[in-house]
Amino acid sequence: MDQFVINLIFVGASFALYVGIAIWARAGSTSDFYAASRGVNPIVNGAATAADWMSAASFISMAGLIAFVGYGNSTFLMGWTGGYVLLAMLLAPYLRKFGRFTVPDFIGDRFYSQTARLVAVISLLVISITYVIGQMTGAGVAFSRFLEVSNTTGLFIASAVVFVYAVLGGMKGITYTQLAQYVVLIIAYTIPAVFISLQLTGNPLPQLGLFSTHTGSGQPLLTTLNEILVDLGFNDYTGNHGSTFNMVLFTLSLMVGTAGLPHVIIRFFTVPKVSDARKSAGWALVFIALLYTVAPAVGAMARLNIITTIFPNGLTETPLAYADKPDWMLNWENTGLLAFEDKNGDGFIQYYNDANPPAIAEELGWAGNEMVTFNRDILVLANPEIAQLPGWVIGLIAAGGLAAALSTAAGLLLAISSAVSHDLIKSMINPNISEKGELLAARISMGFAIALATYLGLNPPGFAAQVVALAFGLAASSLFPAIMMGIFSKKMNSAGAITGMIVGLGSTVLYIFTYLGWFFIPGTNMLANTPDNWILGISPLSFGAVGAVLNFAAAYVVYKMTGDAPAEIQELVESIRVPKGAGAAVDH
Amino acid sequence: MSDKSRGAYWAANIRIITISMVIWALVSFGFAIILRPLLSGIPVGGTDLGFWFAQQGSILTFIVLIFYYTSYMNKLDKEFDVEE
Repeated sequence: MDQFVINLIFVGASFALYVGIAIWARAGSTSDFYAASRGVNPIVNGAATAADWMSAASFISMAGLIAFVGYGNSTFLMGWTGGYVLLAMLLAPYLRKFGRFTVPDFIGDRFYSQTARLVAVISLLVISITYVIGQMTGAGVAFSRFLEVSNTTGLFIASAVVFVYAVLGGMKGITYTQLAQYVVLIIAYTIPAVFISLQLTGNPLPQLGLFSTHTGSGQPLLTTLNEILVDLGFNDYTGNHGSTFNMVLFTLSLMVGTAGLPHVIIRFFTVPKVSDARKSAGWALVFIALLYTVAPAVGAMARLNIITTIFPNGLTETPLAYADKPDWMLNWENTGLLAFEDKNGDGFIQYYNDANPPAIAEELGWAGNEMVTFNRDILVLANPEIAQLPGWVIGLIAAGGLAAALSTAAGLLLAISSAVSHDLIKSMINPNISEKGELLAARISMGFAIALATYLGLNPPGFAAQVVALAFGLAASSLFPAIMMGIFSKKMNSAGAITGMIVGLGSTVLYIFTYLGWFFIPGTNMLANTPDNWILGISPLSFGAVGAVLNFAAAYVVYKMTGDAPAEIQELVESIRVPKGAGAAVDH
Repeated sequence: MSDKSRGAYWAANIRIITISMVIWALVSFGFAIILRPLLSGIPVGGTDLGFWFAQQGSILTFIVLIFYYTSYMNKLDKEFDVEE
């Protein structure tokens, strides 16, 4: 069967499943729409959270990020999982006990201030909208590669499907589609990894294969990879080649940022009990770890696989001839994500680091690296082809990549629309709105959010990679400290919390824009983005954790000057610290 | 519940969180990054223990931490009679 038909069947079947779930899980009330009536089983919520969390970036890009840097990019693995420990212990159970629908809802009520609510809404919108751009472009890329439609058509199909299940089902529909999407994406990710691990190490578990003996060389896989990379002039895979200080700070920023992302936090409002919120965070991490422990294995193995494809007989022997290129290389050359150039005109491909050319390069007459473009995102998408797996595995990868992008997009869209309909309309503009009216407002906001996301997906600002750093930085520096202080400090007052959020938000935005340009417009940066210019050597991408510290510090100073929160607020904090009575607090 | 037992419940929660956070930081920022050179003598499948913590060990530790915290808190909730 034609590969295109296979891809169409897999993607079509998965989409039909999502729409079917949406019709079954229609939302009838605001509680359904915002929090799935708080009736979600904690393990199901764990899987839904995992799909909500694992975006196109986790599914498509992460293995490539690790493959091309090695040890240094372990920051993503630790940073994007360590945040769940913070969620489970510092935020989720208490927010569930509080029993509201959105993050600004908590901040507004706990700090008894509409200003605090508004600052939280602004943070939430900036974080979630920047984050959703990447999901929509990711969905567009997956469509155009696998279904041979234009990026634009792909994006419209993806938006239409999300529209159906998000507008119809709200959180309820999103939860159960995310569960299905988790199953699709984890199967799609794991199957090629198992085959590659078997081929290279004989061990079916990629997690063990990574640390096993490479059957081709008879020594550990990572030792072989290190040797080959160094022989080709690259950095070794397992060594540390960056700044230890920034590695710590970047990991911490990702952890704190993860815990402060509103679309992740609201998932924990859907479980029935406080103890379920704790348990659910554990299950979420288990489901995430199933992918996150496979990703580094995929990264290392794919990198080794590519090098041995190009040098089938060892580095000093004749490499792969241009005429003998495997089909997957031809397929990906068509997308422009992979490109070769026969610089020395010998008809063979040489792949090495020509910025640090090894001795053999001159001896053998190499005239520069000939794999001139190698987009790291290819690694996961082309994995089944590189490992020569059957066509249905490729169809599965197509469905998996789309599941990862759509599940995260839906979670973000719900966070955006509930902030608009619940926090702006219901809490600030028109408190007398009926439940029916609010539900309609929620659906209309969702429609607008999808239209906005589609527009931004079609016209992506050219800085998609950097805005993700901004999203994590802002989540870490504005929302996380405010929520944490709201729970762990009974006496923290509104002036302190508002000042803290503004200082955290402001300092992080300022620091990032100083080095990366105002609104990321090239040329508008006030200082060159080089380590010499960074204050105390702090990279702009790692600033979120520093912003969080500034937030806490500013809040404390202002609190000391302005006095304790009122007694009834302190009583409220006491009540969210104990689980008893959570079942009752469903609506307000 | 009385203010006294409320205080004791919260203090016990803070204690278990603090211990968990120390372990959380030790395996990630410690073993995987800052203390990695000290652990470089311990080989793990072609590399060293610090690399294993950076790419696998810390994630597994995080999972254990959350589930231990969950079961500890469930017991604590019962003990102080604040479970749902």
